[in-house]
Order: sequence, then C-alpha cells, then structure tokens
Amino acid sequence: MSKRKPQPALTQRLPKARQGPLDYGRRRWLKLLFLAIFILLYAPIVTLVAFSFNTDRRNVVWRGFTLNNYVRAWENTALLEAFTNSLVIAILATVISTVLGAMVAMLLWRFRFPGKPAYEGFMALPIVIPEICMGVSLLVFFARLGWWEAVAALPWPFNLSTIIIAHVAFCFPFVAIVVRARMAGFNRELEEASKDLGASEWQTFWNVIYPFMQPGVVAGALLAFTLSLDDFVITFFTSGPETVTFPVKVYSLVRRGVSPEINAVSTALIVITVAATIIAMRLQAPARPTTV
Amino acid sequence: MTKPIISIRNITKRFGPVVAVDDVSFDIAPNEFFALLGPSGCGKTTLLRMIAGLETPTEGQIVIDGQDMAFVPPNQRPVNMVFQSYAVFPHMSVRNNVEYGLKVVGTPREETRRRAEEALAMVQLGDLAERMPDQLSGGQRQRVALARALVKRPKVLLLDEPLSALDAKLREQMQLELTRLQRTVGITFIIVTHDQDEALSMANRIAVMNLGRVSQIAGPTELYEHPASRFVADFIGKVNLIEANVKDSKDGRIVVDTKSFGHIEIPWDGDTQGGVTLAVRPEKLKLAEKQPKGRDLIIVKGIVRDVAYYGDTSHVVVTSADGVELSINVQNDSRTGGSGVRQGQDIWVSWLPRDTLVLTE
Repeated sequence: MSKRKPQPALTQRLPKARQGPLDYGRRRWLKLLFLAIFILLYAPIVTLVAFSFNTDRRNVVWRGFTLNNYVRAWENTALLEAFTNSLVIAILATVISTVLGAMVAMLLWRFRFPGKPAYEGFMALPIVIPEICMGVSLLVFFARLGWWEAVAALPWPFNLSTIIIAHVAFCFPFVAIVVRARMAGFNRELEEASKDLGASEWQTFWNVIYPFMQPGVVAGALLAFTLSLDDFVITFFTSGPETVTFPVKVYSLVRRGVSPEINAVSTALIVITVAATIIAMRLQAPARPTTV
Repeated sequence: MTKPIISIRNITKRFGPVVAVDDVSFDIAPNEFFALLGPSGCGKTTLLRMIAGLETPTEGQIVIDGQDMAFVPPNQRPVNMVFQSYAVFPHMSVRNNVEYGLKVVGTPREETRRRAEEALAMVQLGDLAERMPDQLSGGQRQRVALARALVKRPKVLLLDEPLSALDAKLREQMQLELTRLQRTVGITFIIVTHDQDEALSMANRIAVMNLGRVSQIAGPTELYEHPASRFVADFIGKVNLIEANVKDSKDGRIVVDTKSFGHIEIPWDGDTQGGVTLAVRPEKLKLAEKQPKGRDLIIVKGIVRDVAYYGDTSHVVVTSADGVELSINVQNDSRTGGSGVRQGQDIWVSWLPRDTLVLTE
C-alpha cells in the first residue's frame, strides 16, 4: 500500500477559492445579516416579554423584577373580559371554520361540478379582499339584518355571534386551502381499497381518508386560531358597542400609554399560541399504529 | 363448461367520447387463473375495475356467482382486489391492514385475529405483523395487499398489474408464488397485465384485448401457436410477418405467392381468397451456412445483419436478397462462441411449412 497524505478533515475551513457558489453560510457579512434580521424580528417580542416583569409603572426603563403586572392584569376585569372574549371567539371560530373548511376542501378534492373553478376562486376571496372592506361589508350586512339589537340582547357567549360569524368567514378559506393541498397527495386507490374490503363511505372516511387529512386539518385549525385571536380590523367593525375583544381593548388602552399589564396579557397570549402550536405538532407526530 | 363464476355480458364503458371497453362478453369458470392482457389503454384495467364495482358500465351486465352486480356497490361484492399501487394503508400496521376488511364488517374479534394470522402465514409475513408499511420492501407490501384481500375469502381475486413495480428477479419469484397460492386457496384469480410472459406463465386462460375489444381468448399454448389475428401474433412474443396472396386452397392445404419466397404450400384448414399474412415465430427458423436439403423446407438465402447475444439465446436478423428482414432465435446450446454466425456473412434460413401460420385478419 502506498503512503498517502492525510486527508484534510471535513470541518477544516476550505480555502476561499474552493468555496461553492452556495456556501453563503461561510461568509462573514452574511452571518451578520442573518443576525441583524433575527434581532429585528425577535427583539420586540423579547422586550415585550421582559418588560412584563418590570416594576416601572410607566414601563420605559427597567427598574426591577416583579410578577405584580400579571396579578394586576388578572384583577383588571375589563382586560380579562376582553381576553376571555377573544379566546372564546377564537376557539369557536376555529372549530366552525375547520369543519367548514375541511368540508369545502373535500368537495373541491372529490367532485367535479359545473362552475367549479369559479367556486374555488370565490371561496378564496376573503383571503385577498382587504380586511377593511370585509369589515365594512359585514357591518352593513349585520346592520341591514337588524342583528345588532337582536344579538346584544343574547346572553354571553351568544352576543359574540356576529364576531364569530365574521371570523369564520375569513378563516375557513385558509383551512380549505391547506386541507385541499394536503389531499392532492392522497392516493385514491387507498379509498377504493377500503371500499373494496367492505367498508362503507363513512368508515372509509374516518379510517382511511381522515388520518391522511389530519395534518392539514391541524395546520389549518392553527392558522384559523391565530388569525382569529389577533384580528383587529374586522372585529372592530363587527363587534357591538358592548363587546370588546383583546386586540380592540389593547388598542384603546395603548392610546393612553402602554401599561405593563398589557405586556403581561400579551405574554400570556404568546404562551397560549406557542403551547397550542406545540400540542398540535405533537398530535401529528409520527404515524402511530391506529386501530379501527 | 361448468357454471361460470363471472359472466361479462356485452359490457361497454364510455368516458365521454372515448370508448374504453367496447361490447365485451366472456365467461370465467370457477378456479380459473384468468389473465386480461393487452397494451396500455386497451381497456383491461377499466374492465377489472367494473368487475370490482369501482366503475359503472355504460352498457351491459356483469354477473358474479349468479348474481347481477348492476346495483351492488364495491363494498358488497364477493370480489377483492390487489391494487397496482398495493394501496396498503400507510397509518396502520401490517396486522391492522389485514384485519381491516374483517373489522369493518363486524367480524368477531377472535375470528378476525385467527383469520388474519392465517392469511399472514400464507404470504409468509407472520413475523412482520407489527411493522408499519413504510418499514417494508415493495415485495412485502404486495404480500400485505394479497393477505388483506385473501383474508376476506372472496369468490374472485382481482389483481391489477400486481408485479409491474417489482424488479425482474422478484417478479419471477412472485409469478410462481401467485400460481401456487391460487392452487392452494382455490379461488378464481383475474390478473390484468401488459406483460405477455407474465400472462403466458401464470394464466390458464388469457383474453387478449386491443382498443377496448377482446381479440382472442385462449390458453397460453393456443394463443402462442395459433393466434387468431395479426395483432395477437405480434403482441404475444416475437413474430416474422410476411404478406402473401392466396393462389389456391384445397384439401387442407393452401398455396400462397410471396414476393420474396415465391410459391409456398402450407397445411391449413381454412378457406380464403386474396391477401393473407404469414407468421413464423423466430425460434422456428433454422440457420445454416450451406444450403439445407429437405423436400418441404422453405429456404431463403440472405446476409446476417445483426447478432444480439442474450446469453441463453442469440437474436439474429437476416436480410434476404430483396430486402425482407427475418428475425431468428438461436439457442446457444454449446459454450463455443454463441450462435456461431458473424455479421455480414452469407447464410441460409429455412423452416417447415407447418410452422407457418396463415392469418386472415
């Protein structure tokens, strides 16, 4: 065997001339750019969270660590009510728009019917229409039906129905599109095999089609949940004078200066959304053996 | 013929203006291994899917075991299918895949377990029962699909191009296993394939389809040695086709005139006038360096154009003096130098008149 020169280790830095055209990660200025972008994106959020523990009432300079803001936010009934409203609206709107969106996706995936391209276009319209137009049109719509008075008289949470309807209207197309995209990869022979083996349509849907669809449904639901939770424009137009949601409440409070309670509630909101995302990702983690 | 397990009666299927299956009728006997063979787009898969109930015939009737299938949905038909993609449920273990068809119809748990065990043993998957499909090879996934269909104890098992996704070695092995399996379980198998070797080696009876119609239904030998039409002769195996004109036909013999080989007398029972096609299989032709002697032999002189070596055989192409090409298969039965002919050499080709087929279609 001939003697060979030891090969350079893979981790060893390559001479500049030998860097591939896509080896951007090795260039210092690019690393700096990445860093700058990350700071720009996340610094505000980090600041928001950090200042929710600030003792300073005016929330301008850091004075010391406290959990008092959380306690105060909890005791602020108006803020808490807005927060609860937002959560309830988001949960209900998510459930309704997920079911509706998944059904629309099934319809578009499964059937051919006259005017299908037009239907598909119209369905996606709430995604592209400016929110302000959606808000105004829904406002006019509800006013025309005389719903404000009727809804305002209903007990909680039914008095939120206008907002929930509005949220479903702009959330379900997102669900439909995500689920539709997922179903495009479905092997139709699986469905046929299920029926061939004696399963009814209903059994086939729940045993074969739904398990495949689920990641799309979960992703769509998450999307709907976050969209609904932080929606301001449409909610502003469709909420009655009595009902306030969290984004609307925060907006009205911020005009009088940012108090640390807002930071505290916002942090809670972030924690809820992140937790929801983690749970959702856990739910669709690797295929587990399922029983029929 | 005993009472047929499946009767296909004047079945036509149209997709818009396209006629996929065109007025097809035939019967399949119980315990047959039946093949639907044809080039892609000939309607064989559509026909199979109509038997399974996955497509509705435009016209005609399908009777399975004496029962008209017209309004019977796929989940209530006494047939099961092995799909081309195998369609093994990816989110269920092998066992759950096999048990699925029993669970959905409410078979008692004990029986389900036992029958699934049996089916898995039958396809030699017993020790992989807890695996997920993505941990299986293509061949194993196919066995799952087979077990899943057989566990239902169908009257007829439908197989849609079951071997097309397997590599050559595995395919040969599965051909043998499928024929053995069919003999063991005693169920009628209907297999769709575009591979003539597959059909010839596995099936008892083959329906050759072309452009939505059945060209010929026969056993493998019959189909190969007595094809009814030019299409069948050409599709099943290789064949040399020679155009000819009928001069005379009487007493079970026919005299034809060919441009290249002059008058040829062939034993043939038919009666026809005008143009016919003569067909000779490449392995029926013999090569010789000297002019062969034989009273009845048809003899042609030519030049070797190409020699392709395949190990067990060599395929030789010979061009006659006036440009007609003949393909000849030579068995390389000694270890010295393959077929023993070189490109460009003069050669004599001969064959027996009785090995010549006369095709009128």
